[in-house]
Amino acid sequence: MVKKTKSLSLNFGPQHPAAHGVLRLILELDGEIVEKADPHIGLLHRGTEKLIEQKTYTQALPYFDRLDYVAPMNQEHAFALAAEKLLSVEVPIRAKYIRVIFCEIGRILSHILNVTTQALDVGALTPSLWGFEERETLMTFYERASGSRLHANYFRTGGVHKDIPLKLVEDIEKFCKSFPKIIDDLEGLLTDNRIFKQRNVEIGIVSKQEALDHSFSGVMLRGSGVPWDLRKSQPYEIYKDLDFKIPVGKNGDCYDRYLCRIEEMRESVKIILQCIEKLPKGPVKSIDNKISPPNRDDIKQSMEALIHHFKLFTEGYRVPKGDVYTAVEAPKGEFGVYLISDGSNKPYRCKIRAPGFSHLQAMDYLIRGHMLADVPAVLGSLDIVFGEVDR
Amino acid sequence: MQSSLKDLEKLINSELSSKIKSSKIENNELLVETDEAELLEVVQFLKSNENCKFRQLIDIAGVDYPENEKRFELIYLFLSHEHNLRIKLLIKFQINQTIISLTKIFPSANWMEREVFDMYGVKFKNHPDLRRILTDYGFKGHPLRKDFPLTGFNEVRYSEKEKKVVYEPVKLEQNYRNFDFESPWEGTNYLKEIKDINKDGKKN
Repeated sequence: MVKKTKSLSLNFGPQHPAAHGVLRLILELDGEIVEKADPHIGLLHRGTEKLIEQKTYTQALPYFDRLDYVAPMNQEHAFALAAEKLLSVEVPIRAKYIRVIFCEIGRILSHILNVTTQALDVGALTPSLWGFEERETLMTFYERASGSRLHANYFRTGGVHKDIPLKLVEDIEKFCKSFPKIIDDLEGLLTDNRIFKQRNVEIGIVSKQEALDHSFSGVMLRGSGVPWDLRKSQPYEIYKDLDFKIPVGKNGDCYDRYLCRIEEMRESVKIILQCIEKLPKGPVKSIDNKISPPNRDDIKQSMEALIHHFKLFTEGYRVPKGDVYTAVEAPKGEFGVYLISDGSNKPYRCKIRAPGFSHLQAMDYLIRGHMLADVPAVLGSLDIVFGEVDR
Repeated sequence: MQSSLKDLEKLINSELSSKIKSSKIENNELLVETDEAELLEVVQFLKSNENCKFRQLIDIAGVDYPENEKRFELIYLFLSHEHNLRIKLLIKFQINQTIISLTKIFPSANWMEREVFDMYGVKFKNHPDLRRILTDYGFKGHPLRKDFPLTGFNEVRYSEKEKKVVYEPVKLEQNYRNFDFESPWEGTNYLKEIKDINKDGKKN
Protein backbone atom coordinates (compact mmCIF):
# COMPACT_ATOMS: atom_id res chain seq x y z
CA MET A 1 0.00 0.00 0.00
CA VAL A 2 1.31 3.42 -0.90
CA LYS A 3 1.05 5.81 1.95
CA LYS A 4 -0.07 9.27 0.98
CA THR A 5 2.06 12.05 2.42
CA LYS A 6 1.23 15.71 2.53
CA SER A 7 3.99 18.28 2.60
CA LEU A 8 3.92 20.70 5.46
CA SER A 9 4.52 24.42 5.10
CA LEU A 10 6.53 25.96 7.86
CA ASN A 11 7.11 29.61 8.46
CA PHE A 12 10.62 30.23 9.74
CA GLY A 13 11.12 33.76 11.03
CA PRO A 14 11.09 36.75 10.73
CA GLN A 15 11.26 36.66 14.52
CA HIS A 16 13.53 33.68 14.97
CA PRO A 17 16.90 33.84 16.71
CA ALA A 18 18.54 31.67 14.06
CA ALA A 19 17.16 33.75 11.21
CA HIS A 20 20.05 36.22 11.63
CA GLY A 21 17.86 39.24 11.60
CA VAL A 22 14.65 39.49 9.71
CA LEU A 23 14.63 36.61 7.28
CA ARG A 24 11.29 35.03 6.64
CA LEU A 25 11.70 31.59 5.19
CA ILE A 26 8.74 29.60 3.96
CA LEU A 27 9.76 25.98 4.10
CA GLU A 28 7.97 23.08 2.56
CA LEU A 29 8.69 19.94 4.50
CA ASP A 30 8.20 16.29 3.88
CA GLY A 31 8.58 14.96 7.37
CA GLU A 32 11.85 16.53 8.40
CA ILE A 33 13.23 16.84 4.87
CA VAL A 34 13.11 20.27 3.32
CA GLU A 35 11.57 20.14 -0.14
CA LYS A 36 11.57 23.80 -0.94
CA ALA A 37 12.67 27.01 0.70
CA ASP A 38 11.31 30.37 -0.31
CA PRO A 39 13.10 33.25 1.41
CA HIS A 40 11.04 36.40 1.82
CA ILE A 41 13.34 39.35 2.17
CA GLY A 42 12.86 43.08 2.30
CA LEU A 43 11.70 43.36 5.88
CA LEU A 44 14.63 45.67 6.51
CA HIS A 45 14.37 47.53 3.22
CA ARG A 46 15.10 51.19 3.79
CA GLY A 47 15.45 52.43 0.25
CA THR A 48 19.13 53.23 0.57
CA GLU A 49 19.60 53.58 -3.17
CA LYS A 50 16.72 56.02 -3.47
CA LEU A 51 17.96 58.05 -0.50
CA ILE A 52 21.46 58.29 -1.92
CA GLU A 53 20.07 59.84 -5.10
CA GLN A 54 18.84 62.76 -2.99
CA LYS A 55 22.06 63.37 -1.06
CA THR A 56 25.40 64.87 -1.90
CA TYR A 57 28.35 62.53 -2.11
CA THR A 58 29.50 63.38 1.41
CA GLN A 59 26.03 62.85 2.80
CA ALA A 60 25.61 59.55 0.98
CA LEU A 61 28.57 57.92 2.66
CA PRO A 62 27.03 57.18 6.09
CA TYR A 63 24.33 55.06 4.43
CA PHE A 64 26.99 52.51 3.67
CA ASP A 65 27.67 51.95 7.35
CA ARG A 66 24.10 50.82 7.69
CA LEU A 67 24.30 48.13 5.05
CA ASP A 68 26.50 45.42 6.43
CA TYR A 69 26.56 46.83 9.92
CA VAL A 70 29.09 44.35 11.26
CA ALA A 71 31.85 45.59 8.93
CA PRO A 72 30.87 49.18 8.18
CA MET A 73 34.09 50.60 6.83
CA ASN A 74 34.46 48.00 4.09
CA GLN A 75 31.23 49.27 2.58
CA GLU A 76 32.28 52.90 2.81
CA HIS A 77 35.43 51.92 1.04
CA ALA A 78 33.61 50.77 -2.09
CA PHE A 79 31.71 54.03 -2.37
CA ALA A 80 34.76 56.18 -1.67
CA LEU A 81 36.68 54.30 -4.36
CA ALA A 82 33.86 54.81 -6.86
CA ALA A 83 33.70 58.55 -6.29
CA GLU A 84 37.48 58.78 -6.40
CA LYS A 85 37.61 56.95 -9.69
CA LEU A 86 35.15 59.37 -11.27
CA LEU A 87 36.93 62.39 -9.83
CA SER A 88 40.40 60.93 -10.47
CA VAL A 89 41.59 61.99 -7.04
CA GLU A 90 44.87 60.80 -5.62
CA VAL A 91 44.61 59.32 -2.15
CA PRO A 92 47.63 60.04 0.10
CA ILE A 93 49.64 56.95 0.92
CA ARG A 94 49.08 57.17 4.67
CA ALA A 95 45.34 57.24 4.12
CA LYS A 96 45.60 54.07 2.05
CA TYR A 97 47.35 52.29 4.88
CA ILE A 98 44.84 53.48 7.43
CA ARG A 99 42.01 52.35 5.18
CA VAL A 100 43.50 48.90 4.81
CA ILE A 101 44.03 48.60 8.57
CA PHE A 102 40.40 49.41 9.25
CA CYS A 103 39.08 47.25 6.44
CA GLU A 104 40.94 44.29 7.88
CA ILE A 105 39.63 45.13 11.34
CA GLY A 106 36.20 45.07 9.74
CA ARG A 107 36.92 41.68 8.26
CA ILE A 108 37.88 40.30 11.67
CA LEU A 109 34.79 41.89 13.21
CA SER A 110 32.56 40.24 10.66
CA HIS A 111 34.23 36.85 10.76
CA ILE A 112 34.18 36.67 14.56
CA LEU A 113 30.49 37.42 14.51
CA ASN A 114 29.81 34.87 11.84
CA VAL A 115 31.91 32.05 13.18
CA THR A 116 30.62 32.40 16.70
CA THR A 117 26.96 32.86 15.85
CA GLN A 118 27.08 29.95 13.48
CA ALA A 119 28.44 27.90 16.36
CA LEU A 120 25.64 29.27 18.47
CA ASP A 121 23.10 28.14 15.89
CA VAL A 122 24.37 24.60 16.06
CA GLY A 123 24.48 24.56 19.82
CA ALA A 124 27.79 25.95 21.06
CA LEU A 125 27.33 28.91 23.37
CA THR A 126 30.84 29.63 24.62
CA PRO A 127 32.51 30.81 21.37
CA SER A 128 30.13 33.72 21.09
CA LEU A 129 30.91 34.83 24.62
CA TRP A 130 34.63 34.74 23.94
CA GLY A 131 34.39 36.22 20.49
CA PHE A 132 32.22 39.16 21.42
CA GLU A 133 34.77 40.33 23.94
CA GLU A 134 37.26 40.72 21.10
CA ARG A 135 34.71 42.45 18.93
CA GLU A 136 34.24 44.95 21.71
CA THR A 137 37.96 45.72 21.67
CA LEU A 138 37.91 46.13 17.92
CA MET A 139 34.92 48.41 18.02
CA THR A 140 36.77 50.56 20.52
CA PHE A 141 39.42 50.98 17.84
CA TYR A 142 36.70 52.09 15.49
CA GLU A 143 35.51 54.52 18.10
CA ARG A 144 38.93 55.95 18.75
CA ALA A 145 39.46 56.60 15.05
CA SER A 146 36.03 57.78 14.01
CA GLY A 147 34.07 58.61 17.13
CA SER A 148 31.53 55.81 16.92
CA ARG A 149 31.60 52.09 17.44
CA LEU A 150 29.42 51.05 14.55
CA HIS A 151 28.37 53.78 12.17
CA ALA A 152 31.83 55.08 11.61
CA ASN A 153 31.45 57.47 8.65
CA TYR A 154 35.21 57.62 8.60
CA PHE A 155 36.27 57.27 4.98
CA ARG A 156 36.06 60.25 2.71
CA THR A 157 36.48 60.75 -0.98
CA GLY A 158 40.20 61.33 -1.17
CA GLY A 159 41.24 59.80 2.14
CA VAL A 160 39.92 59.40 5.65
CA HIS A 161 38.34 61.93 7.96
CA LYS A 162 41.01 62.27 10.64
CA ASP A 163 44.46 60.94 11.32
CA ILE A 164 44.79 58.23 13.94
CA PRO A 165 46.79 58.85 17.11
CA LEU A 166 50.02 56.99 17.75
CA LYS A 167 48.63 55.36 20.88
CA LEU A 168 45.85 53.79 18.83
CA VAL A 169 48.36 52.30 16.43
CA GLU A 170 50.24 50.82 19.37
CA ASP A 171 47.06 49.38 20.83
CA ILE A 172 46.04 47.83 17.52
CA GLU A 173 49.48 46.27 17.33
CA LYS A 174 49.13 44.92 20.84
CA PHE A 175 45.76 43.45 19.92
CA CYS A 176 47.24 41.80 16.83
CA LYS A 177 49.88 40.15 18.98
CA SER A 178 47.32 38.73 21.39
CA PHE A 179 44.50 37.91 19.00
CA PRO A 180 45.96 34.77 17.33
CA LYS A 181 45.78 33.15 20.76
CA ILE A 182 42.04 33.86 20.86
CA ILE A 183 41.62 32.31 17.42
CA ASP A 184 43.43 29.23 18.73
CA ASP A 185 41.03 29.12 21.65
CA LEU A 186 38.03 29.40 19.34
CA GLU A 187 39.46 26.69 17.16
CA GLY A 188 40.05 24.56 20.22
CA LEU A 189 36.36 24.80 20.96
CA LEU A 190 35.10 24.15 17.45
CA THR A 191 37.46 22.77 14.84
CA ASP A 192 37.70 19.24 16.19
CA ASN A 193 34.50 19.37 18.14
CA ARG A 194 32.49 16.26 17.35
CA ILE A 195 29.09 17.91 17.49
CA PHE A 196 30.22 20.93 15.49
CA LYS A 197 31.61 18.66 12.81
CA GLN A 198 28.52 16.50 12.71
CA ARG A 199 26.43 19.57 12.13
CA ASN A 200 28.67 21.14 9.48
CA VAL A 201 30.69 18.61 7.54
CA GLU A 202 29.06 17.78 4.21
CA ILE A 203 26.18 20.12 4.84
CA GLY A 204 25.28 22.66 2.19
CA ILE A 205 27.81 21.53 -0.38
CA VAL A 206 28.42 23.92 -3.27
CA SER A 207 30.36 22.75 -6.31
CA LYS A 208 32.66 25.07 -8.23
CA GLN A 209 30.32 25.39 -11.17
CA GLU A 210 27.32 26.10 -9.00
CA ALA A 211 29.20 28.69 -7.01
CA LEU A 212 29.89 30.52 -10.27
CA ASP A 213 26.36 30.15 -11.59
CA HIS A 214 24.88 31.53 -8.41
CA SER A 215 27.16 34.59 -8.43
CA PHE A 216 28.85 33.59 -5.22
CA SER A 217 31.82 35.58 -4.05
CA GLY A 218 34.10 35.80 -1.07
CA VAL A 219 34.27 32.86 1.28
CA MET A 220 31.32 31.16 -0.40
CA LEU A 221 33.35 30.95 -3.60
CA ARG A 222 36.69 30.17 -2.01
CA GLY A 223 35.15 27.50 0.20
CA SER A 224 34.30 25.66 -3.02
CA GLY A 225 37.88 25.76 -4.22
CA VAL A 226 37.93 28.80 -6.49
CA PRO A 227 40.99 30.85 -5.60
CA TRP A 228 39.48 34.26 -6.19
CA ASP A 229 40.00 37.26 -3.98
CA LEU A 230 39.73 40.81 -5.26
CA ARG A 231 42.53 41.87 -2.95
CA LYS A 232 44.83 39.62 -4.97
CA SER A 233 43.31 39.52 -8.43
CA GLN A 234 42.24 43.13 -8.86
CA PRO A 235 44.24 44.78 -6.10
CA TYR A 236 43.09 48.15 -4.87
CA GLU A 237 44.81 50.50 -2.41
CA ILE A 238 48.08 48.95 -1.27
CA TYR A 239 47.14 45.30 -1.21
CA LYS A 240 49.65 44.37 -3.86
CA ASP A 241 52.50 45.51 -1.60
CA LEU A 242 51.36 43.25 1.20
CA ASP A 243 52.13 39.64 1.79
CA PHE A 244 49.15 37.47 2.60
CA LYS A 245 47.60 34.21 1.57
CA ILE A 246 44.14 33.34 0.35
CA PRO A 247 42.73 30.29 2.12
CA VAL A 248 40.76 28.06 -0.24
CA GLY A 249 38.41 25.25 0.72
CA LYS A 250 38.14 21.81 -0.82
CA ASN A 251 34.68 20.39 -0.36
CA GLY A 252 32.56 23.52 -0.39
CA ASP A 253 30.58 22.56 2.68
CA CYS A 254 29.74 24.58 5.77
CA TYR A 255 32.76 23.26 7.60
CA ASP A 256 35.21 24.36 4.89
CA ARG A 257 33.72 27.79 4.89
CA TYR A 258 34.18 27.94 8.65
CA LEU A 259 37.84 26.96 8.24
CA CYS A 260 38.33 29.58 5.53
CA ARG A 261 36.98 32.28 7.80
CA ILE A 262 39.24 31.24 10.65
CA GLU A 263 42.27 31.34 8.34
CA GLU A 264 41.22 34.68 6.90
CA MET A 265 41.21 36.15 10.37
CA ARG A 266 44.80 35.05 10.83
CA GLU A 267 45.74 36.54 7.48
CA SER A 268 44.00 39.79 8.38
CA VAL A 269 46.05 40.02 11.53
CA LYS A 270 49.19 39.62 9.42
CA ILE A 271 48.03 42.33 7.04
CA ILE A 272 47.35 44.74 9.88
CA LEU A 273 50.77 44.09 11.39
CA GLN A 274 52.47 44.71 8.05
CA CYS A 275 50.54 47.95 7.60
CA ILE A 276 51.46 49.15 11.07
CA GLU A 277 55.08 48.39 10.41
CA LYS A 278 55.08 50.27 7.11
CA LEU A 279 52.66 53.04 8.12
CA PRO A 280 54.14 56.17 6.54
CA LYS A 281 53.74 59.73 7.75
CA GLY A 282 51.92 62.41 5.84
CA PRO A 283 48.48 63.79 5.11
CA VAL A 284 45.42 61.54 5.41
CA LYS A 285 43.15 63.20 2.91
CA SER A 286 43.42 64.77 -0.45
CA ILE A 287 44.95 68.24 -0.33
CA ASP A 288 42.61 69.38 -3.07
CA ASN A 289 40.30 71.76 -1.21
CA LYS A 290 37.63 71.43 -3.84
CA ILE A 291 37.02 67.95 -2.45
CA SER A 292 38.24 67.75 1.12
CA PRO A 293 37.52 70.49 3.64
CA PRO A 294 40.34 72.73 4.86
CA ASN A 295 41.51 72.35 8.44
CA ARG A 296 40.12 74.37 11.32
CA ASP A 297 43.09 76.71 11.73
CA ASP A 298 42.98 77.78 8.12
CA ILE A 299 39.30 78.61 8.35
CA LYS A 300 40.04 81.19 11.04
CA GLN A 301 42.75 82.81 8.97
CA SER A 302 41.98 82.40 5.32
CA MET A 303 38.96 83.71 3.44
CA GLU A 304 39.54 81.16 0.71
CA ALA A 305 39.44 78.29 3.22
CA LEU A 306 36.24 79.61 4.75
CA ILE A 307 34.56 79.72 1.35
CA HIS A 308 35.71 76.22 0.56
CA HIS A 309 34.39 74.96 3.86
CA PHE A 310 31.03 76.60 3.32
CA LYS A 311 30.67 75.41 -0.25
CA LEU A 312 31.67 71.86 0.59
CA PHE A 313 29.10 71.52 3.33
CA THR A 314 26.23 73.13 1.47
CA GLU A 315 26.67 72.35 -2.19
CA GLY A 316 29.21 69.58 -1.87
CA TYR A 317 31.49 68.77 -4.75
CA ARG A 318 30.42 68.02 -8.25
CA VAL A 319 31.49 64.79 -9.80
CA PRO A 320 32.21 64.55 -13.54
CA LYS A 321 29.70 62.80 -15.74
CA GLY A 322 30.20 59.10 -16.18
CA ASP A 323 29.55 55.69 -14.75
CA VAL A 324 31.84 53.46 -12.81
CA TYR A 325 31.76 50.11 -11.05
CA THR A 326 34.11 49.50 -8.16
CA ALA A 327 34.21 46.43 -6.04
CA VAL A 328 36.01 45.59 -2.84
CA GLU A 329 36.52 42.29 -1.13
CA ALA A 330 34.23 42.82 1.82
CA PRO A 331 34.21 40.12 4.52
CA LYS A 332 31.13 38.56 2.94
CA GLY A 333 32.25 38.70 -0.64
CA GLU A 334 32.36 41.12 -3.50
CA PHE A 335 30.71 44.34 -2.42
CA GLY A 336 30.30 46.63 -5.39
CA VAL A 337 29.02 50.09 -6.09
CA TYR A 338 27.83 51.01 -9.55
CA LEU A 339 27.73 54.78 -9.61
CA ILE A 340 26.29 56.97 -12.32
CA SER A 341 26.99 60.66 -12.12
CA ASP A 342 25.27 63.28 -14.24
CA GLY A 343 27.86 65.90 -13.40
CA SER A 344 25.94 67.37 -10.48
CA ASN A 345 26.66 67.21 -6.77
CA LYS A 346 24.40 64.19 -6.21
CA PRO A 347 24.69 60.69 -7.63
CA TYR A 348 22.19 60.08 -10.41
CA ARG A 349 22.07 56.40 -9.57
CA CYS A 350 23.92 54.28 -7.10
CA LYS A 351 23.38 50.54 -7.41
CA ILE A 352 24.72 48.60 -4.51
CA ARG A 353 25.84 45.07 -5.16
CA ALA A 354 25.59 43.20 -1.90
CA PRO A 355 27.19 39.75 -1.72
CA GLY A 356 24.57 38.46 0.71
CA PHE A 357 21.81 39.00 -1.83
CA SER A 358 23.20 36.39 -4.21
CA HIS A 359 24.11 34.05 -1.38
CA LEU A 360 20.66 34.06 0.13
CA GLN A 361 19.17 33.53 -3.30
CA ALA A 362 20.84 30.15 -3.42
CA MET A 363 19.21 29.13 -0.13
CA ASP A 364 16.57 27.09 -1.92
CA TYR A 365 19.13 25.17 -3.89
CA LEU A 366 21.42 24.66 -0.89
CA ILE A 367 18.86 23.38 1.52
CA ARG A 368 16.79 21.09 -0.71
CA GLY A 369 16.96 17.54 0.59
CA HIS A 370 18.53 18.54 3.88
CA MET A 371 16.95 18.14 7.28
CA LEU A 372 15.12 20.98 8.96
CA ALA A 373 17.84 21.17 11.61
CA ASP A 374 20.39 21.95 8.89
CA VAL A 375 18.62 25.16 7.94
CA PRO A 376 20.27 27.25 10.67
CA ALA A 377 23.65 25.66 9.96
CA VAL A 378 23.49 26.51 6.25
CA LEU A 379 22.06 29.93 6.93
CA GLY A 380 24.84 30.58 9.41
CA SER A 381 27.55 29.62 6.96
CA LEU A 382 26.09 31.87 4.24
CA ASP A 383 27.00 34.80 6.46
CA ILE A 384 23.84 36.79 5.93
CA VAL A 385 23.40 40.25 7.33
CA PHE A 386 20.09 41.78 6.50
CA GLY A 387 21.32 45.31 6.36
CA GLU A 388 23.00 44.57 3.06
CA VAL A 389 20.58 42.02 1.64
CA ASP A 390 17.60 44.35 1.94
CA ARG A 391 19.42 47.65 1.50
CA MET B 1 44.45 45.22 -18.12
CA GLN B 2 44.05 48.21 -20.42
CA SER B 3 45.36 46.34 -23.44
CA SER B 4 43.30 43.22 -22.83
CA LEU B 5 40.20 45.38 -22.53
CA LYS B 6 40.95 46.83 -25.95
CA ASP B 7 41.45 43.34 -27.35
CA LEU B 8 38.18 42.29 -25.83
CA GLU B 9 36.43 45.29 -27.33
CA LYS B 10 37.85 44.43 -30.75
CA LEU B 11 36.88 40.79 -30.42
CA ILE B 12 33.32 41.57 -29.40
CA ASN B 13 32.92 44.09 -32.18
CA SER B 14 34.23 41.72 -34.83
CA GLU B 15 32.38 38.62 -33.65
CA LEU B 16 29.07 40.25 -32.89
CA SER B 17 29.37 43.15 -35.31
CA SER B 18 25.70 43.63 -36.12
CA LYS B 19 24.47 43.02 -32.60
CA ILE B 20 26.62 45.65 -30.94
CA LYS B 21 25.36 49.19 -31.13
CA SER B 22 28.33 50.90 -29.59
CA SER B 23 31.21 50.23 -27.27
CA LYS B 24 33.56 52.41 -25.31
CA ILE B 25 36.26 52.17 -22.69
CA GLU B 26 35.93 54.76 -19.98
CA ASN B 27 37.59 54.85 -16.56
CA ASN B 28 39.24 51.60 -17.52
CA GLU B 29 35.90 49.85 -17.91
CA LEU B 30 34.33 48.48 -21.04
CA LEU B 31 30.73 49.39 -21.74
CA VAL B 32 28.96 47.65 -24.61
CA GLU B 33 25.54 48.63 -25.83
CA THR B 34 23.32 46.11 -27.51
CA ASP B 35 19.75 45.81 -28.65
CA GLU B 36 17.32 44.28 -26.19
CA ALA B 37 16.22 41.77 -28.82
CA GLU B 38 19.76 40.47 -29.17
CA LEU B 39 20.44 40.30 -25.46
CA LEU B 40 20.25 36.55 -25.07
CA GLU B 41 22.66 35.80 -27.90
CA VAL B 42 25.16 38.40 -26.78
CA VAL B 43 25.14 37.09 -23.23
CA GLN B 44 25.44 33.52 -24.45
CA PHE B 45 28.45 34.54 -26.51
CA LEU B 46 30.06 36.38 -23.61
CA LYS B 47 29.61 33.39 -21.38
CA SER B 48 30.82 30.68 -23.72
CA ASN B 49 33.47 32.28 -25.95
CA GLU B 50 36.98 31.10 -25.18
CA ASN B 51 38.36 34.63 -24.92
CA CYS B 52 35.50 36.02 -22.87
CA LYS B 53 34.33 33.42 -20.37
CA PHE B 54 32.17 35.85 -18.44
CA ARG B 55 30.79 33.10 -16.28
CA GLN B 56 29.58 35.23 -13.43
CA LEU B 57 26.76 37.72 -13.51
CA ILE B 58 27.63 40.24 -10.85
CA ASP B 59 24.58 42.45 -10.88
CA ILE B 60 21.82 44.02 -12.92
CA ALA B 61 21.36 47.74 -12.43
CA GLY B 62 18.31 49.56 -13.69
CA VAL B 63 18.41 53.26 -14.47
CA ASP B 64 15.52 55.60 -15.16
CA TYR B 65 15.81 58.57 -17.51
CA PRO B 66 12.26 59.98 -17.61
CA GLU B 67 13.09 62.52 -20.30
CA ASN B 68 14.39 59.95 -22.80
CA GLU B 69 12.17 58.27 -25.33
CA LYS B 70 13.72 54.97 -24.33
CA ARG B 71 13.17 55.60 -20.70
CA PHE B 72 14.87 52.70 -18.98
CA GLU B 73 18.34 51.31 -19.12
CA LEU B 74 19.57 48.03 -17.76
CA ILE B 75 23.23 47.51 -17.13
CA TYR B 76 24.42 43.94 -16.75
CA LEU B 77 27.74 43.57 -14.97
CA PHE B 78 29.75 40.47 -15.77
CA LEU B 79 32.97 39.11 -14.38
CA SER B 80 35.37 36.63 -15.89
CA HIS B 81 37.58 34.83 -13.41
CA GLU B 82 39.69 33.19 -16.10
CA HIS B 83 40.71 36.41 -17.78
CA ASN B 84 40.27 38.68 -14.78
CA LEU B 85 38.05 41.04 -16.76
CA ARG B 86 34.82 42.88 -16.23
CA ILE B 87 32.32 44.03 -18.79
CA LYS B 88 29.20 46.17 -18.65
CA LEU B 89 26.39 45.39 -21.05
CA LEU B 90 23.83 48.10 -21.64
CA ILE B 91 20.35 47.93 -23.12
CA LYS B 92 17.89 50.79 -23.55
CA PHE B 93 14.17 50.29 -23.93
CA GLN B 94 10.79 51.91 -23.67
CA ILE B 95 8.46 51.79 -20.75
CA ASN B 96 6.18 48.96 -21.91
CA GLN B 97 8.76 46.67 -23.37
CA THR B 98 9.31 43.20 -21.99
CA ILE B 99 12.89 42.08 -21.60
CA ILE B 100 14.04 38.53 -22.04
CA SER B 101 15.05 36.91 -18.77
CA LEU B 102 18.57 35.60 -18.26
CA THR B 103 17.59 33.01 -15.69
CA LYS B 104 18.21 30.16 -18.14
CA ILE B 105 21.84 31.17 -18.58
CA PHE B 106 22.52 32.57 -15.11
CA PRO B 107 20.34 31.19 -12.30
CA SER B 108 21.40 34.12 -10.15
CA ALA B 109 19.59 36.52 -12.48
CA ASN B 110 16.38 35.39 -10.82
CA TRP B 111 16.42 37.71 -7.82
CA MET B 112 18.26 40.46 -9.64
CA GLU B 113 15.48 40.62 -12.22
CA ARG B 114 12.89 40.47 -9.49
CA GLU B 115 14.55 43.47 -7.91
CA VAL B 116 14.50 45.41 -11.19
CA PHE B 117 10.84 44.48 -11.61
CA ASP B 118 10.10 45.64 -8.09
CA MET B 119 12.01 48.89 -8.33
CA TYR B 120 11.27 49.91 -11.92
CA GLY B 121 8.32 47.84 -13.06
CA VAL B 122 10.26 46.26 -15.91
CA LYS B 123 8.73 42.96 -16.96
CA PHE B 124 10.81 39.95 -17.89
CA LYS B 125 9.82 37.27 -20.35
CA ASN B 126 10.26 33.61 -19.31
CA HIS B 127 11.05 34.51 -15.74
CA PRO B 128 10.03 31.60 -13.49
CA ASP B 129 8.81 33.63 -10.56
CA LEU B 130 8.40 37.34 -11.17
CA ARG B 131 7.21 38.69 -7.82
CA ARG B 132 8.09 41.75 -5.82
CA ILE B 133 11.08 41.14 -3.63
CA LEU B 134 12.21 44.05 -1.48
CA THR B 135 9.08 46.11 -0.94
CA ASP B 136 6.23 45.36 1.41
CA TYR B 137 3.50 42.81 0.72
CA GLY B 138 0.83 44.60 -1.31
CA PHE B 139 3.07 47.53 -2.18
CA LYS B 140 2.03 49.72 -5.10
CA GLY B 141 4.34 51.66 -7.40
CA HIS B 142 7.96 51.34 -8.33
CA PRO B 143 10.17 53.22 -5.88
CA LEU B 144 13.33 53.79 -7.87
CA ARG B 145 11.55 55.49 -10.75
CA LYS B 146 12.44 59.14 -10.74
CA ASP B 147 8.80 60.19 -10.52
CA PHE B 148 8.24 58.22 -7.29
CA PRO B 149 8.44 60.62 -4.33
CA LEU B 150 11.18 60.02 -1.81
CA THR B 151 8.74 60.01 1.08
CA GLY B 152 6.48 57.44 -0.58
CA PHE B 153 2.68 57.32 -0.30
CA ASN B 154 1.87 55.18 2.73
CA GLU B 155 3.17 54.99 6.24
CA VAL B 156 2.60 52.33 8.85
CA ARG B 157 2.09 52.53 12.56
CA TYR B 158 0.78 50.34 15.33
CA SER B 159 -2.72 51.33 16.25
CA GLU B 160 -3.49 50.88 19.92
CA LYS B 161 -7.21 51.03 19.17
CA GLU B 162 -7.29 48.35 16.52
CA LYS B 163 -4.46 46.35 18.08
CA LYS B 164 -2.70 45.96 14.77
CA VAL B 165 -0.42 47.71 12.33
CA VAL B 166 -2.35 50.11 10.13
CA TYR B 167 -1.47 51.75 6.82
CA GLU B 168 -2.17 55.45 6.37
CA PRO B 169 -1.31 58.06 3.76
CA VAL B 170 1.96 59.82 4.57
CA LYS B 171 1.43 62.86 6.77
CA LEU B 172 4.48 65.01 7.34
CA GLU B 173 4.74 68.02 9.63
CA GLN B 174 6.97 69.52 7.02
CA ASN B 175 7.23 68.34 3.45
CA TYR B 176 10.49 66.95 2.24
CA ARG B 177 12.51 69.85 0.92
CA ASN B 178 15.03 69.34 -1.77
CA PHE B 179 17.26 72.38 -1.80
CA ASP B 180 19.14 73.19 -4.92
CA PHE B 181 22.53 74.24 -3.66
CA GLU B 182 24.19 74.17 -7.00
CA SER B 183 25.55 77.55 -7.84
CA PRO B 184 27.19 78.98 -10.92
CA TRP B 185 30.30 79.22 -8.78
CA GLU B 186 32.92 77.27 -10.60
CA GLY B 187 35.74 75.39 -9.00
CA THR B 188 38.97 74.83 -10.82
CA ASN B 189 38.28 71.40 -12.19
CA TYR B 190 34.56 71.53 -12.68
CA LEU B 191 33.82 70.08 -16.04
CA LYS B 192 30.37 71.53 -16.34
CA GLU B 193 30.51 74.03 -19.14
CA ILE B 194 29.37 77.54 -18.48
CA LYS B 195 26.92 77.50 -21.35
CA ASP B 196 25.07 74.65 -19.67
CA ILE B 197 24.12 76.87 -16.80
CA ASN B 198 20.86 78.31 -17.82
CA LYS B 199 20.07 81.03 -15.32
CA ASP B 200 16.38 81.09 -16.15
CA GLY B 201 16.04 77.39 -15.64
CA LYS B 202 17.48 77.55 -12.13
CA LYS B 203 15.06 76.89 -9.36
CA ASN B 204 15.74 77.79 -5.80
